[in-house]
Amino acid sequence: MTPDQLVALLAAAVTAGAPLIYAGVGETLAERSGVLNLGVEGVMLVGAVCGFAVAVASGDPWLGALAALGAGALLAAGYALLTVTLGTEQVTTGLALALYGTGLSAFLGKPLIGVPNPAPFRAFPVPGLAELPVLGPILFRQDALVYLSYGLALAAWWWLARTKPGLHLRACGENPEAADAMGVNVAAMRYGAVIAGGALAGLAGAYLSLAYTPAWTENMTGGLGWIAIALVIFSTWNPLRLLAGAYLFGAVDALGFRVQLLGVETSSILLRMLPYLFTLAVLVVITVARRQASVPAALGRPYFREE
Amino acid sequence: MRPPVVELRGIVKAFPGVVANAGIDLAIAPGEVLALLGENGAGKSTLMQVLAGLYRPDAGTILIDGAPADLRSPGDAIARGIGMVHQHFRLVESFTVTENVLLGWGQPRFLLRPATDHARVAQIAAAHGLAVEPRAAVRQLSVGERQRVEILKMLYRDARVLVLDEPTAVLTPQEVAPLFAAVRRIVADGRAVVFISHKLDEVLAIADRIVVLRAGRVAGEVRPGQTTARALARLMVGHEVDRPPRPAAAPGATVLELRGVDATGDHGRRVLHAISLTVRAGEIVGVAGVAGNGQRELAEVVAGLRPPSAGEVRLDGAGIGHLDPRARWRLGVAYVPEDRLAEGLVGAFPLTENAVLRDYARPPVGRGPLFDRAAARARAAAIVERFQVRAPHVDVTVRHLSGGNQQRLLVGRETWRSPRVLVAMHPTRGLDVDATAAVHRLLLGLRAQGVAVLLLSESLDELFALADRIVVLHRGRVAGERPAATATREEIGLLMAGAGP
Amino acid sequence: MSTGAAARPLAQPARAEAPVWVDAVGVRAGSIVAALAVGAIFLAATGHDPVHAYREMVVGAFGSSFAVEQTLVKAIPLSLAGLGVALAFTMGLWNVGAEGQLAVGALAASWLALSAGALPAAVMLPGLLLLGALGGAAWALTPAVLRAYAGVSEIISTLMLNYVALLWVDYLVFGAWADPTAFSFPYSRRFPDSARLPLLYGDVHLGALIALAAAAGLAVLLGRTRWGYEIRTIGASPAAARYAGIPVRRRILLVMAASGALAGLAGAGEVSGVIHRIQQGLSPGYGFTAIIVAWVAQLRPWAVVLVAVLFAALLNGGFVIQTAGVPAAIAYMLQAMILTFVLAGEYLLRRLRRRRAVAAARALAAP
Repeated sequence: MTPDQLVALLAAAVTAGAPLIYAGVGETLAERSGVLNLGVEGVMLVGAVCGFAVAVASGDPWLGALAALGAGALLAAGYALLTVTLGTEQVTTGLALALYGTGLSAFLGKPLIGVPNPAPFRAFPVPGLAELPVLGPILFRQDALVYLSYGLALAAWWWLARTKPGLHLRACGENPEAADAMGVNVAAMRYGAVIAGGALAGLAGAYLSLAYTPAWTENMTGGLGWIAIALVIFSTWNPLRLLAGAYLFGAVDALGFRVQLLGVETSSILLRMLPYLFTLAVLVVITVARRQASVPAALGRPYFREE
Repeated sequence: MRPPVVELRGIVKAFPGVVANAGIDLAIAPGEVLALLGENGAGKSTLMQVLAGLYRPDAGTILIDGAPADLRSPGDAIARGIGMVHQHFRLVESFTVTENVLLGWGQPRFLLRPATDHARVAQIAAAHGLAVEPRAAVRQLSVGERQRVEILKMLYRDARVLVLDEPTAVLTPQEVAPLFAAVRRIVADGRAVVFISHKLDEVLAIADRIVVLRAGRVAGEVRPGQTTARALARLMVGHEVDRPPRPAAAPGATVLELRGVDATGDHGRRVLHAISLTVRAGEIVGVAGVAGNGQRELAEVVAGLRPPSAGEVRLDGAGIGHLDPRARWRLGVAYVPEDRLAEGLVGAFPLTENAVLRDYARPPVGRGPLFDRAAARARAAAIVERFQVRAPHVDVTVRHLSGGNQQRLLVGRETWRSPRVLVAMHPTRGLDVDATAAVHRLLLGLRAQGVAVLLLSESLDELFALADRIVVLHRGRVAGERPAATATREEIGLLMAGAGP
Repeated sequence: MSTGAAARPLAQPARAEAPVWVDAVGVRAGSIVAALAVGAIFLAATGHDPVHAYREMVVGAFGSSFAVEQTLVKAIPLSLAGLGVALAFTMGLWNVGAEGQLAVGALAASWLALSAGALPAAVMLPGLLLLGALGGAAWALTPAVLRAYAGVSEIISTLMLNYVALLWVDYLVFGAWADPTAFSFPYSRRFPDSARLPLLYGDVHLGALIALAAAAGLAVLLGRTRWGYEIRTIGASPAAARYAGIPVRRRILLVMAASGALAGLAGAGEVSGVIHRIQQGLSPGYGFTAIIVAWVAQLRPWAVVLVAVLFAALLNGGFVIQTAGVPAAIAYMLQAMILTFVLAGEYLLRRLRRRRAVAAARALAAP
């Protein structure tokens, strides 16, 4: 592979990683607060279709992105109502959300199939930075949503590690009794985290329909939501590691295509197994080495203060 | 006494099956150490949890600085200056000391600055003489250190009333003195400390004023200088009660023997030390002791659910310490655990299936790979009849039975085939008077049949009514053993409280 | 909170409860009605006539013998996988890997069909089914061992292996097993005739009998055998299981393997009874829908079959309704909504009962 090809590969990895960052950061926030949301795939799809519809109708991709944020937040609010307030079983409820979102997006998207997108997000170079050797073409010739994704992971890390509300959020996921005893409103924090997670998942989907592809097809996320969930575990619930992991997984994806071009067709499929196998390995290591420190201790358990 | 900072008037709090506080008045003055003394179940913790905003009282008022206060959540209480250090700490294991202290209501409101925050926590800790390392992860701290963090959480928020719930229960003897010194420093600032305890010697050492609770009511209020341990013990456990007549003991040979048994608790520390005791056929040996002194682990060692780390467990002379619960059951070791609904019974199952939890694998219920439902129902019906379990029908879900009937079922199942040994832990917990009497009759009946009964109970009434001998556990050791016929409540109370004669 | 006998106990409140099954059936029936109602509102809001749509769906699912056949054909893998999931859930094991176990079962069966085409049907067919079951069981065994001996969450491990399995199918159908006449479409060569499950009624293949047998077998296992008793006990109360001396680890391995085997049978049935080859997308999410089916059926074997038929009808009806301009996806939405209402209903019921019990105790506590 020539240096130029390598740079192109890495640039493609960054692009492919962007939706994973959005969805992954969102899911990290939710899981850090103690709520497991397996419905990410469905929320992404709904975000994709809503974003696309609004962008086509208005001609403004930013309005589309906003609509995707809203749609994702709305779905997630329903999910939070079930899992936080009613305390339903999170695994099953999450799967229901995934199924519902997939169906809803296909339903709403029927009239949009084959419709061209008049105003997608287009890549543009950042003046000055785009001229940097190596990093320039990789990081600074992307579209607006990719640029935002850089900041998102950093902002999420900062929020969790350096702010009081972030501390409270982490406490809700580790020991909600302790948080409650000190005056933290556990339910409100969990609602907030889940809704934020949903909004970001919606945006991740919209990235696909407004920038990456950019068009609407049924099931266009192709399992990206599940990879995002895997990514959260792989990165041990740390947004900075998530950034690295997203680009790693994105590189595997990008490599898959290029390997095809190089004529070694079928092994691209085996490459795509790697993210899932990596995640499984990380999970085993975390559990067996008893570094269960990483897993939010209260993940998946509803919390009710016994009266 | 200075004007009280907190007053509780007429507090009533009930839970399903029990009234924990039946109308309690209490005043807390600034600058004093108030001890709240009582047995398990007297209502001390519940009362303070009402004050700390964890429970809403069913009746009564809370006054802070003379004005009524509606405390709807722990956050409200903390904001009003009331902080509680619970028996089971509420710390986030993976956080540092500083993060745990900062967690919740109070400064800083938004931005965390590690260096500044650590320094601030260190400063407040030093001001109160509490030795902590702010940067340490709580997971790595000892129990005593964790307790200091809990106290620090409240002092950080300038708590005016600090409630400590059984603070020495988890400390080693060496850690108690520094705690007392810290308490003295805290009240010297003008704050109030409420010290919940059942330990007479400590209460006499630290308190300025002692309020004794019994059965959900105030039994008395005294000052340490004007009372003795014996008087306190009597207030705590009540007066002597006429015991119902009971056939004289005629114990046979030793059936169960423990020799030098050590055991490790769930948290990896040694929880039983060199326990030796014997139970003979046809006698009831009662084990007295406040919760947390090793009773559960002792029961589990006998039942086969916890392997002893040293020592021997013998049944009829033969060692059984290596056998699992099923093997011990087959040899005649029966166990009525304290958690009847989650361990001894399966709450979600019908009565029928609970009746055969021990015997499902053997005939007549277990025939080859099959589970003979008809045989199970027959057994269930027989147990129901013999033990007078009041249930609408034999397929009722056990969770829906009253506690008394659940217990009859459990005891009935365990004693169906006349075991050699029955271990019964808190068998009348949560039961009403009638159900309690029924269980007592069952136990006495077993004694008459020659079963060796090991009865672990929190209630001295019960132990004196049923046991032939009483063994007292304190901090995982046998603190003493007395024949029930000649022992007095004060004596046993003192042994339980670690203040042996 | 300690409630020793030292505190003054209350008389136990009277416990009059409606029979549990009334609640269960009521919640499910109510959920289906509620889901249909919300679905109707949604359809109306998006410009479709709900009455017309629902009528077309019913016709599409049951209105002709062909429709009934198609519904039953879809119900077969849903039942088998649903039974597998129900078994695992009964023991408290979250097997969300049915989709992957189904795929590996299909792979194993396909291997036999494609590499041993000369075998007579009498050997081939049982072989296919056996390999399907073994394949699914093997795929479930790794998560089982990790859970039983290392405490690794089976939710994540089975979930991850789903995608590995589906990619494995892709790998083979694009590669070694590709149909040479297919111009790189993602399917394998056709199976020989000896590898086709016989048909019972129209398009309904032998798998239907297998599904029914599996339901009966599971019902007997759970209700009438010692193993079933142990499985249910572990699921209901792990503490009681330990108290009774049940060997929990061995049961975890046994149950996960059986669960995977049933899903694997579903996969084998699909490739040898319906598609007669293996291809990408051999399952439209049967493994995931099976989880929902199992939950709605409250993990009861015969109910699983009934709910599977219902969900298959929804799928089929949804498929047919496309001609009326309503996207087939309405079926997925209705399925998800039924589950959501069931979940919400169950938990509301439980909270209500608990509040009533505490309130009764408080009323009696008034001094």
